[in-house]
Amino acid sequence: MTAQAPDIRNVRARRTFWQNARRTLATAPISAWFGMIVIVIYVIAAVFAPWIAPYGESEVVGKAYQPSGPEFWIGTDQIGRDLFSRLIYGARNTIGIAFFTTLLSFMIGGTLGVLTALKRGWLDQAISRVVDALLAIPVLIFALMLLAVYGKSIINLVFILALLDSTRVFRLARATALDVVVMDYVEAAKLRGEKMSWIIFREVLPNILPPMITEFGLRFCFVFLTISALSFLGVGIQPPTADWGSMVAESKTLITFPVRTFPWIPAPFYPAIAIALLTVAINFVVDWFLHKTSGLRDEK
Amino acid sequence: MKSDKQRVKGETLLDIRGLKIEGNSDGVWHPIVKGVDLTLKRGEVLGLIGESGAGKSTIGLAAMGFARPGCRIVDGTIMFDGIDLRAASEEEKRALWGARIAYVAQSAAAAFNPAHKLIDQTVETAVRRGIMDRDKAVADSIDLYRRLQLPNPEKIGDRFPHQVSGGQLQRAMTAMAMSCRPDLIIFDEPTTALDVTTQVEVLAAMRDIVEQFHTAAIYITHDLAVVAQMADRIMVLRHGLEVEEAPTREMLAEPKQEYTKTLWAVRKLAKEESISDDVVLNIRNVDASYSGVVKVLDNVTVRLPRGRTVAVVGESGSGKSTLARAITGLLPPSKGDISFNGKPLPRMLKDRDKDTLRRIQMIYQSADTSLNPRQTIRDIIGRPLEFYHGIKGAARDRRVAELLDAIELNESYIDRLPTEVSGGQKQRLSIARALAAEPEIIICDEVTSALDQIVQEEILTLLMKLQKDTNVSYLFITHDIATVRAIADEIVVMHQGKVVQQGPKSQVLNPPHPAYTELLLSSVPQMDPDWLTNLLAQRATAKTKA
Repeated sequence: MTAQAPDIRNVRARRTFWQNARRTLATAPISAWFGMIVIVIYVIAAVFAPWIAPYGESEVVGKAYQPSGPEFWIGTDQIGRDLFSRLIYGARNTIGIAFFTTLLSFMIGGTLGVLTALKRGWLDQAISRVVDALLAIPVLIFALMLLAVYGKSIINLVFILALLDSTRVFRLARATALDVVVMDYVEAAKLRGEKMSWIIFREVLPNILPPMITEFGLRFCFVFLTISALSFLGVGIQPPTADWGSMVAESKTLITFPVRTFPWIPAPFYPAIAIALLTVAINFVVDWFLHKTSGLRDEK
Repeated sequence: MKSDKQRVKGETLLDIRGLKIEGNSDGVWHPIVKGVDLTLKRGEVLGLIGESGAGKSTIGLAAMGFARPGCRIVDGTIMFDGIDLRAASEEEKRALWGARIAYVAQSAAAAFNPAHKLIDQTVETAVRRGIMDRDKAVADSIDLYRRLQLPNPEKIGDRFPHQVSGGQLQRAMTAMAMSCRPDLIIFDEPTTALDVTTQVEVLAAMRDIVEQFHTAAIYITHDLAVVAQMADRIMVLRHGLEVEEAPTREMLAEPKQEYTKTLWAVRKLAKEESISDDVVLNIRNVDASYSGVVKVLDNVTVRLPRGRTVAVVGESGSGKSTLARAITGLLPPSKGDISFNGKPLPRMLKDRDKDTLRRIQMIYQSADTSLNPRQTIRDIIGRPLEFYHGIKGAARDRRVAELLDAIELNESYIDRLPTEVSGGQKQRLSIARALAAEPEIIICDEVTSALDQIVQEEILTLLMKLQKDTNVSYLFITHDIATVRAIADEIVVMHQGKVVQQGPKSQVLNPPHPAYTELLLSSVPQMDPDWLTNLLAQRATAKTKA
């Protein structure tokens, strides 16, 4: 019976999902709008790559290192493939693989995190200590090692990165779920005799969703940067598949040449800019989402 | 700090005129306080009373010139001793706060910094404001601790907040508020979180100290009997407006407004006891402990007759809730046995079959945490129907609507989320969820403690009606004797894990009592403004005799 502000929400009529979405979007700040627009453009490019790109993914269509012009908008690469087309296909490969990797890492880390928060005891201890050990090893180096052992395929890449990343997801899921599992509704579900899967997915998970979605955005950025880094190092996505990381690697020597010899000098920067722009865009959106769901008030 | 004739009332200390405050929800400003006038003289105690949402706390904070985040003072004047608090700068207000206006919050446990010793926190304001040097402040605090009857006043300041009890912490906070000898103290529900037996001590200590230092106070509470002991004048608030204001005795004797009368009447709900020998749940010689060392339940024997209500009373830590956990199988008893309908009940939750689980349902104290905020009412009430009875789809919706009718809500609520209904409605939904299972026993764990008195009465009436309709048995855990009077057939008194007394209501509530029952019953505040004074006098004479 603490004295509190009157419950204003009880007089509010229920809104549909779309009304809510529109209301929420109307209050989005300019940075979030920027982020959302960039993400939408990337997604469109990724999905409709074959229709948008002027040339094929690994089609040799010109001479090596042609400057930008009406024929090739941003020039060609070292064997004469159209850089713009490869950039678009790169979106498809890099974003697609990063997305599935992140999804997989959330399925593993999220489920285990909530499960251990519910069960506690030896299971929690065992998994948590293993996770601690994994977290002590830098992701990039660990991934390099595992890729060297298991071979450089996309499937291996996805599984290895998902597994390594799930340790961080596990930590967050467990920590946030610990606050939820002490709630009476979780106890009520246990007393009702519900199965563990119901308690995890219906009682706990919906309540830790906002921080998890935020984390998903950030994790996606990291995964995507790691993939690019691995590709740059030559163990990620393999040629001739277009990928931003390897594109930077392929044309990196151009940076050291004087401007007069190669006037199309920005070539290696295009994929790098593509990577940076997406990372910034996602961060803008995630920031806004976090601000909205964490209940932070805008005080002057 | 009650209306003693000798008390000198000084000149006006606080004068609030036409106060209007708005609160923000989803970007829209709603009025919370809609124009309240309030005057307080030096040395006077004003009781603010009302249901939650009446604006009591908001007014209390506004008396300090403060508005909570998400609230704003839109109109009116707040004059404190000639200073216009609405016009005062943040710096000026900070200089007043702590030194001349102090605030005692409801939850002392949340208000103290767990990382510092009590004494350091008590003297902090006085030392930092340069009112006293540290040695003097410490000596003064020890004196205050002594006046507040804290045990071992010289040493208790060296403890950390988690090392003292809730009642002691609440008194330490009063000492902290007193450290600068403020002109005004705002008490915001200071005893609400305490047991009745502890409450008596804290109330007496606070009353004495305010009187000794001639401090003016605003005492915010929802408990009429408590405010009757503390205040010179009472102001009744509802929906951000003043209902009426009068000196305490006048207000208690003849409230003028209809709303005030209903507040006064609530305490009179009572049920005729009826005794039955048809035992549905029989708990015999049960021991239980959390760590295996300290017994939280010690040789507990309780029987629950079919279609009747057994109230389990006791202070916090008496093992009431542990008893519920032992019955539900969450904390398997280490000794003794529990039989249900004549058959032994499996000790562990996981050994019980679905049908046994269905027959024993539970309702929790806090409806906020017992309903999943992400599920609609359709899912919350529909789940037990689906889970236990296999009712699906449209049939399920029909049954949910019937249950909503039974708890006096209607179908239109079916798509709402728990956050979109009021506190009392949430508790009704918890009841509906338990009913959906068609249980034989419902364990009610402090189900009305978090509710306003009027809502409490509605919930209790509903529970009694449902008992009549479905012949369900209630094991009703509570610390509130008024609730026990209202609903119980039999009473079990628990203290430190043991059953002190069990019997029909008439027998337990009437003398002769065992010593603990006597203490518990006498600690329940009465509407009589002299109750506390008389009780303390009685206990003092009993002590000198002994």
